[in-house]
Amino acid sequence: MQTTTAPPLNYLNNGHGLGSWLLTKDHKRIALLYLFSITLFFFLGGFFALLIRLELLTPAADLVEPDMYNRLFTMHGVVMVFFFLIPSIPATLGNFLIPIMIGAKDLAFPRINLLSWYIYVLGGLFTLVVAVTGGVDTGWTFYAPYSTSASNSHVILAGVGIFITGFSSILTGLNFIVTVHRMRAPGMTWFRLPLFVWAHYATSLIMILGTPVIAITVLLVAVERGFHLGIFDPSLGGDPILFQHLFWFYSHPAVYIMILPAMGVIAELVQAFSRKNIFGYTFVAFSSLAIAIIGFLVWGHHLFVSGQSTYAGLVFSIISMFVAIPSAVKVFNWTATIYKGSVSWDSPMLYAFGFIGLFTIGGLTGLFLATLGMDIHMHDTYFIIAHFHYVMVGGAIFGYLGGMHYWWPKITGRMYPEGWAKFACLNIFIGFNLTFFPQFIVGYLGMPRRYAMYAPEFQVYNVLSTAGATILGVGYLIPMVYFAWSLKGSPLAGNNPWGARGLEWEIPSPPPTENFTETPIVTEGTHQYAPSHEVGIV
Amino acid sequence: MSDAPSSYQPPPVAIHPTGHGHVPHHPYLQHHFDSMAQQAEASTLGMWVFLVTEIMFFGGLFMAYLVYRHQSPLGFQEASHHLNIYWGAANTAILIVSSLTMAFAVRAAQTSQPVRTQLTWLFSTMVFGAAFLGIKAIEYTDKFKDHIVPGPNFQWEGLYPKPAEQFYSLYFAMTGLHALHMIIGLGIMSVIAWMASRKTFDAEYYTPVEVAGLYWHFVDIVWIFLFPLLYLIGRHYHAG
Repeated sequence: MQTTTAPPLNYLNNGHGLGSWLLTKDHKRIALLYLFSITLFFFLGGFFALLIRLELLTPAADLVEPDMYNRLFTMHGVVMVFFFLIPSIPATLGNFLIPIMIGAKDLAFPRINLLSWYIYVLGGLFTLVVAVTGGVDTGWTFYAPYSTSASNSHVILAGVGIFITGFSSILTGLNFIVTVHRMRAPGMTWFRLPLFVWAHYATSLIMILGTPVIAITVLLVAVERGFHLGIFDPSLGGDPILFQHLFWFYSHPAVYIMILPAMGVIAELVQAFSRKNIFGYTFVAFSSLAIAIIGFLVWGHHLFVSGQSTYAGLVFSIISMFVAIPSAVKVFNWTATIYKGSVSWDSPMLYAFGFIGLFTIGGLTGLFLATLGMDIHMHDTYFIIAHFHYVMVGGAIFGYLGGMHYWWPKITGRMYPEGWAKFACLNIFIGFNLTFFPQFIVGYLGMPRRYAMYAPEFQVYNVLSTAGATILGVGYLIPMVYFAWSLKGSPLAGNNPWGARGLEWEIPSPPPTENFTETPIVTEGTHQYAPSHEVGIV
Repeated sequence: MSDAPSSYQPPPVAIHPTGHGHVPHHPYLQHHFDSMAQQAEASTLGMWVFLVTEIMFFGGLFMAYLVYRHQSPLGFQEASHHLNIYWGAANTAILIVSSLTMAFAVRAAQTSQPVRTQLTWLFSTMVFGAAFLGIKAIEYTDKFKDHIVPGPNFQWEGLYPKPAEQFYSLYFAMTGLHALHMIIGLGIMSVIAWMASRKTFDAEYYTPVEVAGLYWHFVDIVWIFLFPLLYLIGRHYHAG
């Protein structure tokens, strides 16, 4: 009953050749297409980051001119935000796992799923063209009127790339929402869903509600540049503050697009490696929704120094602090789950521990910035760079890598070398902190962001930061190597190498194309580890 | 490998075969759905969710309109008077009728009417849609002739040239985006008509017509908001 007999075919060997991949409608293969393409963009974005860090080794602008430096940090932001972080977990792990976790054969719209990848690639091509023809220099925020009138870089082309890629994200979100509503196996009630699915459901809500707004906004920027329509440029009668409102109405919730899926991954990891059910399942599930909803009401905290009214600032400041409540619910509930659990220290769990610590730092420093008076001092300094990198790298990327290690045996059927994985994780943790912790200090001391040059007394922090970035870069390369190596050289994983719970661990690794030979009937919550009272917690 | 305690045994599996086997099913049932009903529900929900994103998409423009109208109400009023209210009203009527014929088209498929009936309603919808676009083209041409297209050649005789230019920026952005949706709608209708001509739709399977209808009605409703915002508001304040 328990072991499904391994079918001769799995999704990887069911069809060969380029065509069988490029025309596939299998959510698992599409996830791998995404994995391949976002990895390319990750290293492209990383390359820009490397150049930024090298330039900042010395206070003078000696490696690149300030104009080139503007293009570097813009391209780093655009590539990392729109082409890596936003699709990272949803389009790969989410795509692969959501249908399996709810007992479905595929997402509701397999063709739209494939279409979303092609749209992503098309948007990515625009961005690559921008990158090789000189880049864009507005910052990833494209603030008007600089972007609409003054900049002489490829704003329209970059805007079109982001516009197109936005639709890929909308279609992914739409697919997830319909799938979770309509494709759940019999007995898979909402409150039996894995928390990974809940997190992706909340993420999808942001994707479908926020992304269209950024789409229309960058479209208007492009139209204003192309046809001199007066929307955002004050000299044409427009209002640049309106741009900031529209931009952040999406781009702040977009931060939660990046972090919520990672939180879903961490919820799975802490349960699997503590051998315990999540503490307060319902609270954790609803905290994802709460983050998604409250996240839509806080965009004004990016406009504290943009001439927004003080009263609006006060309200946005208070609502921003409300986000801390569901975030803290998650952190405390993960911690309570680990407490007195039977904890094992496999590499995915190391990433989970890293996430909990780093996200806490990133989240708490967010409260500093949400405080009106404090923000006037910190605004546009390296403090905020450090803050969001703690959330985006220490949070989102740690979740992504943790999830990638945890589900790699399911995706490929092979284990990876655990020793190397632990080493890489440690490497990334040390490199990351060395890169970004000094930036909190130098930002607090007043070093502004987005300049190629800086005052000489800040050099020691920048040298530390660049040294850390080098370690971090090596840390990212190691998993690339051993993951690739594991495809051929590693031992077979079997259905459930971690002894974890959940439908995905009950089917073969790698899964067959249809996922389930018969639609499963679910009779209990999918994550029944030992109940809390059996491990000594009342 | 995991150094998880080896004594751990996963509890019994919660999977039981449903025992349905491979029963014959409808030719349009895709393999990953269990039933036609599930497939239809997924498709319509998918379109509803997509329409939500469309509301947000147009929402950005409506937001811009509200902000600028609030900044210069008199300028917007003045600019609004150069729109031809008769063409606008005619287009509103045309779109509402096209929504009616669309609803009949869905009903015809749902009640397994003959292909000829289904196609009649679909083609009427397309004719009305095309008429809308034709009138829009006439209106746009007039704007070019009168030099009230924003840009270097914009000329305005009234008191508020800047807000007027802004009004027409928004006018072209909003109606242009709406017209683009109409063109896409006509494309979708062509596909649906082609499918209908191949006797695809009957009471058991008419989801594509229904989903296309949802889209068509949505585009119609956007115009129902655009017409008063651009053509009507503030008109009665003006004596001449």
